Amino acid sequence: MMHYGLYTLFYKEVLRFFKVLLQTLLAPIVTALLYLVVFGQALAGRADAFPGVGYVEFLIPGLIMMSVIQNAFANSSSSLIQSKVAGNLVFILLAPLSHLEFFAAFVAAAVLRGVLVGAGVYLATLPFVDLPLAHPGWLIAFTVVGAGVPAVLGVIAGVWAVKFDQLAGFQNFIVVPLSFLSGVFYSIQALPEFWRALSHLNPFFYAVDGFRYGFFGVGDTDPLLSLGILGAFLLVLSALTLFMLRTGYRLRD
Amino acid sequence: MPDAISVAGLHKRYPAVHALKGIDLAIRRGEFFGLLGPNGAGKSTLINIIAGLTRYTEGEVRVLGHDVVREYRAARRHLGVVPQEVVFDPFFTVREVLRIQSGYFGLRRNDAWIDELLDALALADKADTNMRALSGGMKRRVMIAQALVHKPEVVVLDEPTAGVDVEQRKSLWEFVRRLHAQGHTIVLTTHYLEEAEALCERIAIINRGELAALDTKEALLARGIGRTLRLTLTTGEPLATLPPPLASKARRIDGTRLELQLEKGADSIIAVLDALRGEGATVVDVAIEEADLEDVFVELTRSAGR
Repeated sequence: MMHYGLYTLFYKEVLRFFKVLLQTLLAPIVTALLYLVVFGQALAGRADAFPGVGYVEFLIPGLIMMSVIQNAFANSSSSLIQSKVAGNLVFILLAPLSHLEFFAAFVAAAVLRGVLVGAGVYLATLPFVDLPLAHPGWLIAFTVVGAGVPAVLGVIAGVWAVKFDQLAGFQNFIVVPLSFLSGVFYSIQALPEFWRALSHLNPFFYAVDGFRYGFFGVGDTDPLLSLGILGAFLLVLSALTLFMLRTGYRLRD
Repeated sequence: MPDAISVAGLHKRYPAVHALKGIDLAIRRGEFFGLLGPNGAGKSTLINIIAGLTRYTEGEVRVLGHDVVREYRAARRHLGVVPQEVVFDPFFTVREVLRIQSGYFGLRRNDAWIDELLDALALADKADTNMRALSGGMKRRVMIAQALVHKPEVVVLDEPTAGVDVEQRKSLWEFVRRLHAQGHTIVLTTHYLEEAEALCERIAIINRGELAALDTKEALLARGIGRTLRLTLTTGEPLATLPPPLASKARRIDGTRLELQLEKGADSIIAVLDALRGEGATVVDVAIEEADLEDVFVELTRSAGR
């Protein structure tokens, strides 16, 4: 393992999104707050999703995790497709970095961006809503693993796509629907049986539900089970990505 | 001592194209080596395989004895590649780009060498400029600095002067000559054959995925391609046809100007002049041009394509 090479690629990825932080950090925070204003106002009078938890309180952890998911995905996928289309990915491919180092650096930087956006949304809502912090350990675990899954998906999408259009398809037809239908805006207990069962196939449901458990100490699924399923998704997707990178799929053809 | 680059039985097959058909090639340490060939001949595929940018189908490739697949870290540490296309990362300044590239190779504090490179490539005053703000020539020089940032022993330049103006081309070649004098092995692909002729010690010509020639520049030039004879004639009547012995040698007939390709050792200039006089022509001017690398290149790539 070449630690400094890995660190440099991670640093380069972080520096990249900090150079355009209006777009990569601040804009997603504002978007999440707009969701909060619109949905919080429109659905404020609804019955509590969890006992004793008002709708706005319920909504905020969901919005935070949705922002984490979407931004972690956006970081690795957009960085890769931009570098591929512009051709400057060659400078990374010429370097003596292993496929594991390549993977770790892109995923870690994407997780960091997801976490920073999530922290930003949380801090921005603090003055308005007093959220409990029932289990900080679960919060951290679900934030990291919950960002890891879309970060890895972003690497897959970025490696697979050869044009921006394909990446937009991956994002708009897979990542955005999965993140919207993951229980951000509702508890799946309120869904009909079929849709509830279908939600259990969505990895982001476990991220949102477990993350919410970290705040309130209640959730739709046992947090250990959620973390286990989310972790399994992460492992399977990581194995697939590492296979793609090791064989040079669409990078070293 | 291992060769700088050794290629053995190299094949690259794409679904529709057999791009490299069994290339065998050894580039010695310290050589200034030219890799020539028409567009689509397989030069860039070969370079990309040596650099680890493309996977080969069959064969073996080593850089200073290190297998480019199994020992890719060691192979890439010894190799600096300047890609053909001008590509850059628009997010960073020149210095950031060079520090990042150093870091990829595990080099933490490389600023002294980075400054030396910036000076040598006339980029010192652009160190803190964003890549987007540089001219095409400057971007290409940054790419050269990126390729050299880890002080590789073997440097591959893939068409480094394409689209570069004459002045910049001259200073680039001075820089590359200096690198060679310092002991670097230089591998060059270029479309400017006069550059290869002026710089390279040995030359490989690739055509349709095969090695058409691999020899010293002198040996290639002495391959019996012959020389060109340019004549200006005056005749009573314009020459409609040439006498049979000359017709097969004619490359161009343009009014009073005639260009003939003579075979080395077989054709005599005196015999040509006598034959023309026999047709009533008066020769008023004669120019003889020895074959250059371009003639050799055209001959080799044309005959292989027949």
